[in-house]
Amino acid sequence: MSLSEPITVNVGPQHPSTHGVFRLRVTFDGELIVDLEPVFGYLHRGSEKLAEERTYTQVITLTDRLDYVSSMINNQAYVLACEKLSEVQVPERGSYLRTIAAELQRIASHLVATGFLLNDLGALATPLMYCFREREKILDLFEMLCGARITVSYMRVGGVFQDAPEDFWPAFKTFLEEMPYYIDEYEQFLVGNEILLMRLKGGNTVSKEQALNASITGPVLRSTGFSWDLRKVDPYEIYDRFDFDIPVGEQGDNFDRFYIRLQEMRESLRILNQCFKQIAPGPVRANVPYLYRPPAGDAYGRVESPKGELGFYLVSDGGIAPYRCKIRSPSLLNLSAIKEMLVGWKLADMIVTLGSIDINMGEVDR
Amino acid sequence: MYGLGILKGLTVTMRNFFRKPFTVQYPEERVAQHPRFRGEEFTWYEERCTGCASCAKYCPLGIIKIVTHPGGEHVSEGQEYAIDVFDIDIGRCMFCGLCVEACPYDALFMGSGFEEGQYSRKDLVITKDRLIKADKKPSTWFRPQLESQQYNSQSESPVDWENAGREPWPYHMPVRPQSAEESLEQGEETK
Amino acid sequence: MNSLLESNVIFRNVYCFWAANPGNAEQCTPVGAVAVKDGLLPGGLEWLAYVMAGLSVILLIVNVYLVFAALYTYVDRRVLAKFQGRIGPNRVGPFGILQPLADGIKLMTKEDLVPAGADRWIFNLAPVVMMSSGILVLAVLPFGKDSFVVDLNIGILYVFAITGVNTLAMFMAGLASANRYAMFGGMRAVAQLISYEIPVVLSVVGIVMMAGTMSLVGIVEAQKVPFIFVQPLAFFVFIAGSSAEMNRSPFDQVEAEGEIIAGYHTEYSGMKFGVFQAAEFGAVLITSALIATLFLKGWEGPFLPSHVWFLLKLFFFAFIFIWIRATLPRLRIDQIMAYAWKFLLPLSLINIFVVAAEVLLLGDQITDSSGVSMDLTTSDMWIMAGINVVVAIVAVIGLAKITGMDARESTKVANVTRVIKGT
Ligand code: SF4
Ligand code: SF4
Repeated sequence: MSLSEPITVNVGPQHPSTHGVFRLRVTFDGELIVDLEPVFGYLHRGSEKLAEERTYTQVITLTDRLDYVSSMINNQAYVLACEKLSEVQVPERGSYLRTIAAELQRIASHLVATGFLLNDLGALATPLMYCFREREKILDLFEMLCGARITVSYMRVGGVFQDAPEDFWPAFKTFLEEMPYYIDEYEQFLVGNEILLMRLKGGNTVSKEQALNASITGPVLRSTGFSWDLRKVDPYEIYDRFDFDIPVGEQGDNFDRFYIRLQEMRESLRILNQCFKQIAPGPVRANVPYLYRPPAGDAYGRVESPKGELGFYLVSDGGIAPYRCKIRSPSLLNLSAIKEMLVGWKLADMIVTLGSIDINMGEVDR
Repeated sequence: MYGLGILKGLTVTMRNFFRKPFTVQYPEERVAQHPRFRGEEFTWYEERCTGCASCAKYCPLGIIKIVTHPGGEHVSEGQEYAIDVFDIDIGRCMFCGLCVEACPYDALFMGSGFEEGQYSRKDLVITKDRLIKADKKPSTWFRPQLESQQYNSQSESPVDWENAGREPWPYHMPVRPQSAEESLEQGEETK
Repeated sequence: MNSLLESNVIFRNVYCFWAANPGNAEQCTPVGAVAVKDGLLPGGLEWLAYVMAGLSVILLIVNVYLVFAALYTYVDRRVLAKFQGRIGPNRVGPFGILQPLADGIKLMTKEDLVPAGADRWIFNLAPVVMMSSGILVLAVLPFGKDSFVVDLNIGILYVFAITGVNTLAMFMAGLASANRYAMFGGMRAVAQLISYEIPVVLSVVGIVMMAGTMSLVGIVEAQKVPFIFVQPLAFFVFIAGSSAEMNRSPFDQVEAEGEIIAGYHTEYSGMKFGVFQAAEFGAVLITSALIATLFLKGWEGPFLPSHVWFLLKLFFFAFIFIWIRATLPRLRIDQIMAYAWKFLLPLSLINIFVVAAEVLLLGDQITDSSGVSMDLTTSDMWIMAGINVVVAIVAVIGLAKITGMDARESTKVANVTRVIKGT
């Protein structure tokens, strides 16, 4: 029997740690969570509907704004769907450039996730600043590639819009050489820290069955020990050429999710190194007309985004704009087991779990 | 264990304490921008623009407003239209650059600045006069002809339309050399 | 009346400045001087001179405290920024040193909001209570040689009694705000601060036993060897416990900004918020001063003037607090409570027993007019230091093992299985 009276608190939509405008209606018994209900839709912009009004190329700018910390990968998922629709063959160099951009973006996104997780843990933005320092370098590389840092719109149906400038390669090489040192520094800083381990270990677990039933993907699924990475199980683009591993967790707790991200950064660096060695001269873009009309039909393009499986389902009626565009957003589906993860834990765990799932409201609400 | 991890963390922060700050003091110092930077303040060469309105059509937001009237000698050939209005509402622009990609005559370029703050939304509309008067400092984004001249919009003087060059179609498929390593070597040779 | 005049330099000087000749002849004649200088007031008004001396000392101390608290906000932000690879405030004045002033002006010109459902009286009273508890502690702190307001014989007890009021202020603020986050903050404040009071107070018992006095001045004078060496365990408990009491990371549950917005002062704005902030930053200064006094010989030190030594030590500890704050994530509320009760409390008890035994064995008993006391020589203290360091290490490791606070199992890094190509 509990002597206290449960109270309901609206965590969000304006709350420092909900990663955007997200609301959780939580019933607390003291500090204990007894019930919760996620409420979202505050950032709904109707991307799917807007896509029906735009030509295939113009939709690329919409995908930038889904998960705004991994725009490159959103671009990639969308153009892959388009290419499946019209069976365009991407030139090799284009594929390599896409892979480079996507893996850089994965590192950047994981850096943001790690930094904000630590910020949610209360480390006063110090790890966040360190992570952003490295992310800044990646964004500089993006600026070289495409002139923008966040809303990149770099990829086009049939390749990328433009070859990398010449000064990109030296900068890229320096980045590849420097980055392992900084990842080591994060490990030294964070992984052994007792407070962090006490907070993250064993908490807010999700089992393999739960995760699969809730169709959770990405690091959250891999933390349960289930090795599922689209780059391995359904290699898109040229991922079958690279030698890399998939870090898998054991218990599906917060720590595994956090640690998997750190490991994945290393794996991404491995891929990037191989890309750097293998990339050969050639065209970067297939000859796809600017205003192109894919044949009528449908296609589903999916990639392994930093958050999970990001998919675009496109239906074409042969016109210049998609007839229907459905976005399978990993952030939204990863939230579906949040009640199981959180009920019975404390208020502080809720914030940390939101951080370790790494949701992005732009993608949840679309 | 036993606080050793915490001590390790403390050494990392201490090491960073003695590093130089990585932030910059913005108005005085600036981070270097790449010439490809897609800035505001579009660069538009009215000598080249035919008023075809491809840019307006391809803009996802429809924020370019073009009004023309038949003005020259070869109107029937789709050229020589006089442009009355050429407004870009950069208050709504997202600097995606699709308009630049769409322009078939290399008349529209992205700009290189980013400090277009105004007190009123109305002032954010770049009109034809402003475009003509503006410093012509085009970004090299999607303009390989500028890039091959090693033009740097951040440091160099404005370029007029004759120097901005035209790119032979199809400009998006340059057969350039270079695996990554080759281009590195090349870079070193040129130094 | 005379004790104050004798013991306190500032007080005596101000008094002599005002009081007329007959009243100040006794106190103000320097040894060997012939003429006694007249004060400004006419004769017979010595009581007024006394009051004015008191008021000016209060004014001086309070203002110095506030200026230092403001300065400390600046130092805190700059140092924290340096840890994070940033620059920090550097725009207002040279190196941004006037930033606290700018902040103050900003806060004062802001609208002072009171939420509709709030309990107005308590809501407005809370910052005052919070601030006054900080200021009252200053009465007994020795800032330098012969500079203190009073040398209370129960000084350390007084300090703990007064700082305990902080809890009340936070609870008042939290409950009166009619905000659920503020209430969370208030409840956490009560739970956490009261729990940590116990190990902190117990850790000081060892020091009192060695010094044989509760007066802060007496404790400083008793430190033939800095107590940080003699009682490392007490130092550890004190520094951990007091950082919990100031709500500094890793124990900043009370105002965990990621969880409960700003805790008990969520609803405060304008200068009331500023007062909370000033009180909090002041608390860091006071705690650092206390640590310096209790464990690092207070104002004593060679070559430099005593006040400089005191400030140096104070800012050294303040720096350590910033360093810790910049590095560590925060614990969860139940872990914080467990840490206090399962770890710090036994440690402080161990410390008391060990120190008591050592004092009994090593000390020489002296009986004088004030009663029986134990006298420890410098070499005794060094012997104790040697023993206590070993005891501290054994106790920390042993207790961590027993209570599971060593996070041992946790260090086992996630077993990352590698899935090689083609799965
Ligand atoms: S940059 Fe994009 S949004 Fe801006 S005018 Fe050009 S096409 Fe439109
Ligand atoms: S697309 Fe180019 S040529 Fe045509 S109207 Fe726009 S700027 Fe002028």
